[in-house]
Amino acid sequence: MPADSMIHAEGLTKHYGATIALGGIDLDVPAGAILGVLGPNGAGKTTAVRILTTLALPDGGHATVAGHNVVTDGAAVRRNIGATAQDATLDDMLTGRQNLIMIGRLSGLRRAEAAARSVELLEQFNLTDAGGRVLKSYSGGMRRRLDLAAGLVTRPPVIFLDEPTTGLDPTSRVRMWEVIRSLVADGVTVLLTTQYLDEADELADQIVVVDHGLIIAEGTSAELKAQVGGARLDVTLSEANSAAAGALAKFVAGEVQVSHDGRRLRAPVQSGAGLATSVVRALDNAGIVVDDVEVHQPSLDDVFFALTGHPSEEPVEEEMLTGPSAKKVKVRS
Amino acid sequence: MTTALLDAPTRVTPSRPMGIARRFSDVSSLTWRNIVHIAREPLQLSDVTIQPVLFTLLFVYVFGAGVTLGGGAHYVDFAIAGMLALNLTTSAMGTAVGLSNDLNGGIINRFRTLPMWRPAILVGRSVTDFLTAVICTFFVAVTGLLVGWRPETGILSVLGGFGVFLLFSYALSWACACLGIISKGPESAQGVGLVILFPLSIVSNALVPTAHMPAPLRVFANWNPVSAVTAAARTLFGNPNPSAIVQAWPMQHPVAASLLWSIAIIAFFAPLATFLYRRRTKE
Repeated sequence: MPADSMIHAEGLTKHYGATIALGGIDLDVPAGAILGVLGPNGAGKTTAVRILTTLALPDGGHATVAGHNVVTDGAAVRRNIGATAQDATLDDMLTGRQNLIMIGRLSGLRRAEAAARSVELLEQFNLTDAGGRVLKSYSGGMRRRLDLAAGLVTRPPVIFLDEPTTGLDPTSRVRMWEVIRSLVADGVTVLLTTQYLDEADELADQIVVVDHGLIIAEGTSAELKAQVGGARLDVTLSEANSAAAGALAKFVAGEVQVSHDGRRLRAPVQSGAGLATSVVRALDNAGIVVDDVEVHQPSLDDVFFALTGHPSEEPVEEEMLTGPSAKKVKVRS
Repeated sequence: MTTALLDAPTRVTPSRPMGIARRFSDVSSLTWRNIVHIAREPLQLSDVTIQPVLFTLLFVYVFGAGVTLGGGAHYVDFAIAGMLALNLTTSAMGTAVGLSNDLNGGIINRFRTLPMWRPAILVGRSVTDFLTAVICTFFVAVTGLLVGWRPETGILSVLGGFGVFLLFSYALSWACACLGIISKGPESAQGVGLVILFPLSIVSNALVPTAHMPAPLRVFANWNPVSAVTAAARTLFGNPNPSAIVQAWPMQHPVAASLLWSIAIIAFFAPLATFLYRRRTKE
C-alpha cells in the first residue's frame, strides 16, 4: 500500500444472494485526491462505498481507509470519514440546525462545539436562513447540501459521496460541484460515485469505470478518452446518396457507418485544422447536398460505450425491478 | 461559499473518548431527538395522555356501575392499578414503532457511519418510552384522584407502586424493541404488538378478579407478569387486592414477583434486542 494512500482496496468482493455486486475491485486514492467511480445503476458503486464506510462487510478482499482496516477497525474508520448516501440520511422531523447538532454530538463533539460548527456549516452551505426550518420543507438541492454538510461536521480527512448530484437540477449540480472542488482544495480526500460522465470528467483526478462489479478501465479523463481514439465525424445529408461514403473515405480513420435512411454517416477521424471545411468541400464537389457536419471530440459517454458495448444510461435497475422476480432481486448501484 | 468551506486551520477532532460519559451523551442525544419528534407531533402522545384519561373514566363509570367488590370496597380503588397496567402495557409498543421507523428509514445509515456508541439507538428509544410511561402514569393517577381514587398507604409506598409499574413498562419496552427490529415496518410492528400486548394485559387480574376465569386462563392470569405488577401496586397503594387469596406464588409475593419478572424480562430481551439489531444491520 502506498504510504500516502487514504483509501485503499484490494480484491473487494461482495454478493447479495445470487447477485454479485462486486467481483473483486482494487482502488487507491492518495491523500488530497478525488477519485471518480463511474458506472451505471447496479454496477456496484454503492456496494463499494458501503463497504468502505463500514456499512457492509466484504465477502473477500481487504480495504483500509485513513490507514484503518474497514473490517477489523471500523470504529477508527468511522472517526475519519464523512459519508453522504443516496437516500435521505437525515431526520425529516428535525430542523437543519438540529440535524447538524445531533450529528456533531453523536460524533463526539461537545454541546458548544456542535452548536458552533452547525452555525459555520449552515453559513458555508448557504443554508443559514433555512437552518431553523424542518427538513421536510427543504428542496432537493438544499437537502443534498445539508447532507454533505452533515458529513463534514467533524472535518474528516476522507469523504465519501455516493451520487451527490443525482436528481438535482442543473444549477444545484454546478453549485454542488463547486463545494466538492473546494473540499479537495483544502486537502480532503474524496471518493465520489456518479452515473454522470460529465461529472467525473469535471471533478475527478482519477476515474475508475465500473460495470457489473468489476473495474473495466481506469485512468485520468484524458487517458480514458485516448483509449477510444480520436474524434468522430457525423454528417447529415439532405437526401441519401450512395457516393457519399466514398467521398469521405480520404478523411476517415476507419469504416464509414451509414444510417438506414442513408442520410446520416458516421466515422472515426483524426481531427485536424479545417477538417469540417474540407469535408463539406469534398461532398459539394461530388454534388452531394449537406445539411450538417459535426466533429465530436470523444466524451466519456463514448469511452463507456467503447468499453462496455452498452451505453451508460442503460436502465438496468428499472428492467430488473419491473421483472417477474422484482421482489427478490435487490439491485444496488 | 466555495473558498471558505474549510477555512479553520485545525480539524475539529472528536475530543471525547468512548467512556461512560460518551455513552450517556449519545443516549441523551438520541432521546432528545425522539422528544423533538414528539414535540412536533404531540398527537403521538395520545396513547399516554388522552387514552389513559378516557379509559379510566370509562372503566370507573361504566364498569364501576356494574361491579360490586366484597367488603364494601369502591371499584375506583380497585380500578386504578388496573388502568396503569392496561395503559402502560399497551404503550410499550411505542418502542417497537419508533425503532421500526428508524430501521426502515435512511437515517440508520447515517448513524452507522458515525463514531457513536451503537447500542445508543436502542437505549435512547427505551429511555424515551420510559419518559412517556411517566407521563402516562401521571395522567392515570391524576384522573384517578379526581374521580375518587384514594391510596391508603404512605407517600413512599404509593411511589413504590408507581415504581414497580414503571420498571415493568421499561422491561416491556425491551421486548417491544425486539419486535420493532424484526418487523418489516412500523404498521406491522404495531399490529403484531397489539395482538401480543392486548391479551397480555386483559388476561390478568388488572380489570377483574381471576377467581371465576376458566382454569387455563386463570392459571395464565395468576402467573402473568401483568397480574404480579398489578397486585404489587394494589398492595403498595393499600387498595383492594382480590388476588391476595390466590394460592399462586406470584400472587402471594406480588412485589418480589413483579421485580423478578421485570429483571428477568430485561435480562433476556435487552441482549436479544442487541443481538437482533446487529443481525439486522449486518450486511
